[in-house]
Amino acid sequence: MNKQSLKSWLYLLPAILFLGVFMVYPLFDVMIYSVEEGYNFASQSYFGVGRYNYSYVLRDPYFLQALKNTFILVIITVPVSTGIALLISVMLSSVQKLRDLFQTVFFLPYVTNTLAVGLVFMILFKKTPYTDGFINLIIHAFGGAGVDFIEGPYWAKMFVMCFYTVWVVMPFKILILTSALASVDQNLYKAAKVDGTPAFRIFYKITLPMISPMIFYLVITGFIGAFKAYSDEVAIFGTDLNAAGMNTIVGYVYDMLYGDSGGYPSFAAAAALILFAIVLTITCINLLVQQKAGVTAGVS
Amino acid sequence: MKIVLENLTKLYPNRNKKIKEEVVAVNNFCFEIPDGKLIGLLGPSGCGKSTTLNMICGLEKPTEGRIYFGDDDVTDLPPENRGVGMVFQSYALYPHLTARQNIMFPLENLKGEAKLTKEEMIAKAEEAAKLVQIERLLDRKPSEMSGGQQQRVAIARALVKRPRVLLLDEPLSNLDARLRLQTREEIRRIQRETGITTVFVTHDQEEAMSISDQIVVMEAGVVQQIAKPQEVYDNPANLFVAKFLGTPPINVFKGQVKGGALYIGENRVMEVKGIADRPVTVGIRPEGFVPDADGPLVCGQIGVEVMGRDTSIVAKHPAMEGVQIRTIVSSDSVIDPSSDTVRFQVRPSKTILFDPSTGAVLGR
Ligand SMILES: Nc1ncnc2c1ncn2[C@@H]1O[C@H](COP(=O)(O)OP(=O)(O)OP(=O)(O)O)[C@@H](O)[C@H]1O
Ligand SMILES: [Mg+2]
Repeated sequence: MNKQSLKSWLYLLPAILFLGVFMVYPLFDVMIYSVEEGYNFASQSYFGVGRYNYSYVLRDPYFLQALKNTFILVIITVPVSTGIALLISVMLSSVQKLRDLFQTVFFLPYVTNTLAVGLVFMILFKKTPYTDGFINLIIHAFGGAGVDFIEGPYWAKMFVMCFYTVWVVMPFKILILTSALASVDQNLYKAAKVDGTPAFRIFYKITLPMISPMIFYLVITGFIGAFKAYSDEVAIFGTDLNAAGMNTIVGYVYDMLYGDSGGYPSFAAAAALILFAIVLTITCINLLVQQKAGVTAGVS
Repeated sequence: MKIVLENLTKLYPNRNKKIKEEVVAVNNFCFEIPDGKLIGLLGPSGCGKSTTLNMICGLEKPTEGRIYFGDDDVTDLPPENRGVGMVFQSYALYPHLTARQNIMFPLENLKGEAKLTKEEMIAKAEEAAKLVQIERLLDRKPSEMSGGQQQRVAIARALVKRPRVLLLDEPLSNLDARLRLQTREEIRRIQRETGITTVFVTHDQEEAMSISDQIVVMEAGVVQQIAKPQEVYDNPANLFVAKFLGTPPINVFKGQVKGGALYIGENRVMEVKGIADRPVTVGIRPEGFVPDADGPLVCGQIGVEVMGRDTSIVAKHPAMEGVQIRTIVSSDSVIDPSSDTVRFQVRPSKTILFDPSTGAVLGR
């Protein structure tokens, strides 16, 4: 090893150590856990090695429910939140007056505690002996029949869940997109205007391609974030997510470890690795799509 | 097609909101640009060149005044209905599109009657590309082209719709010296070939001098002079124009007219007619100095520089404004480089007298 590469390894050492201890080692540990059959906490012993943990988890109705919930959440909230955030950012960048005020308003949820926001959602949606909740009051006012959003039918709970998730992730997306929009060379718009380009064409042909790297970034991190959803569910539906039928994969992992029915690190590890595989696949697909679409604009 | 600017004025609200007073970017600009000519709009940074151009193109609305293209009043028309092509200083090419797509972009916006088929668009784009000689580069993206090539793409994009008016805002300032020279010839050629009335903004006087049919010199939003390039140099309208044009710049002295003669300091340099006794500001072009052992203008010699075919004597004089005098003399003049003093004859044709307070020309 020559001096140069010795030096570079030396500089890399802190990062390697850190990542090794806190990321690579646990990952391997989880892999090992996931194949140890019949692991016993107390005696720290197991019967054998095999695929049993995986097949158990994949046949567990609670896990399948969690898988379904997570997928619905991801598929609905990522496009919806990115789309709405884009819409709001474009509108924000076209107003002059009160722009700062709007920006602050849209950014507030980001600095607000998830549980606090969850509480507000409870008040909005929950049916109690005293009141039907704010949303139901509005539905009644329009002559509709009320729904119990927190303990009612599955679709209603899912709706609240998605609504909440979109609400929570929006501020960050708006922040990223408004700054992406602001960094587009204004001369491009001037040039387009001289050529009489209609507004929608300016948006599709110039704005969108110019900020597409940021949109891809948001979609990828959005997917990853939504797959890891858990605390938001707890904030609204309480800790017994399996009973509510609103568990997520991460929630399932947590329950397997520490929940009332917990104490099964092997099942938890298997579920965690399944989630890992899913997220990895989705991210790879995302990156491939991005490459195919030739998203390089704005990088220069 | 001629362009008429009538009392064109543009005020901007002050950026510092505490100050109510507005910024006067362009002040009462009147000018008739003849059909098919290339006009150089010249002036120092911030004098309102871009603002003028943006008003002609329709990106900015004049606060006062009107703009006519031929006989049409276009003051209230949006840019796309004026038939203008514009080249920006930074080119403003769409970075995610190839050169071909960039050039075709304006054509794709055409609606109704004017709408073109794909084949027609491609044909037109290629025709424009040929004009600026970038046929081979059509499939490249801007990031894969040199500055000069990007520049040509921008010109092709501005020309592809066959505009009635071509506007160029400092199109060469991002190019290196050699390419700049080449490209400005190119612009001249393209303008001649197409016969499109063109306004060319620059703060480089040499650039303006070399390609314009007429030069408009601006300062602080006010037009100082409109004339042919040589005319602006030989007969500046005022001290600002005289100082702004010419490299090396004109040499300025405090002077005095006394009894029909011009004095610079103690030196009686020449006879003048028709000017009563008064203090004057004297401008002498660098080539207005002729070394002469008996010459009336006695200067301290700082140095002699040989720059290619020219020889330049750098000197100083007690009555000069600025730090030194720079002269250009023919290389066969007899000069003693080691001497401390140098004496000059002054050529009356290269000498201009200005009013010290207003800068107006008094005589020559
Ligand atoms: N949007 C604006 N708001 C306020 N003032 C402006 C605005 N645009 C330009 N100005 C002012 O108007 C004046 C003229 O500006 P302009 O851009 O026309 O100058 P320019 O001659 O093109 O200069 P340069 O050679 O640096 O490009 C400047 O004093 C500038 O500060
Ligand atoms: Mg400018």
